[in-house]
Amino acid sequence: MRSAIVTRPIDLQALLAEVARHANGATLLFVGTVRDVNDGRAVTGIEYSAYGAMAEAELGRIVAEAAERFGTTDIAVEHRVGRLALGEASVAIAVAHPRRAGAYELSRWVIEELKHRIPVWKREEYVDGTREWLDPTAAKEPARP
Amino acid sequence: MTVTALLFASYADALGREQLSLDLPAGATVRDALERLRELPGGTSLPPAPLVAINLAYARPDAMLSPGDELAVIPPVAGG
Repeated sequence: MRSAIVTRPIDLQALLAEVARHANGATLLFVGTVRDVNDGRAVTGIEYSAYGAMAEAELGRIVAEAAERFGTTDIAVEHRVGRLALGEASVAIAVAHPRRAGAYELSRWVIEELKHRIPVWKREEYVDGTREWLDPTAAKEPARP
Repeated sequence: MTVTALLFASYADALGREQLSLDLPAGATVRDALERLRELPGGTSLPPAPLVAINLAYARPDAMLSPGDELAVIPPVAGG
């Protein structure tokens, strides 16, 4: 198993290759990408910022916990930081498991833990030139007509 | 004792810096350090009980600080 915070584009094929083993009947790759609209606003890119040392440490703890919980060490996770364009991968999770149900549960568990725990922040950049730090805990504004 | 406080993202913007040294009495807690940060220009925009980490691991507000600790004040995380 391996996890890292990276500043370069994520190599998805390499990540998959890291977890592939003949003992596994299911290999799964989750890729989180930069979306062009958030809360009704047109997004042109996202700047990801991290508390690097802690993000690395916390991601390592999550992967170790996942290995314990799901009984496999075939887990490779990378989270990218820096300025990302639309469609670029910000996070990728490769997992492999003897059975598909285990692979899906494991992958889902890792992304949910990661979103709640690793100290990473994103500043969205909008078509009108403004930018804002996202706060997932803030109350959502009512939907605009 | 001296501890290093780290600020990130919106908190760094609010206080206009990412790192500072805090001089605190022995036995000071995270809460004491946060009070000190709130007294700085822009400090009132810190929430009452932000997430914090000591030396790269999440910590509670009543955790005691030690000399040389790295105390990070962590805005709501938004990875993924």
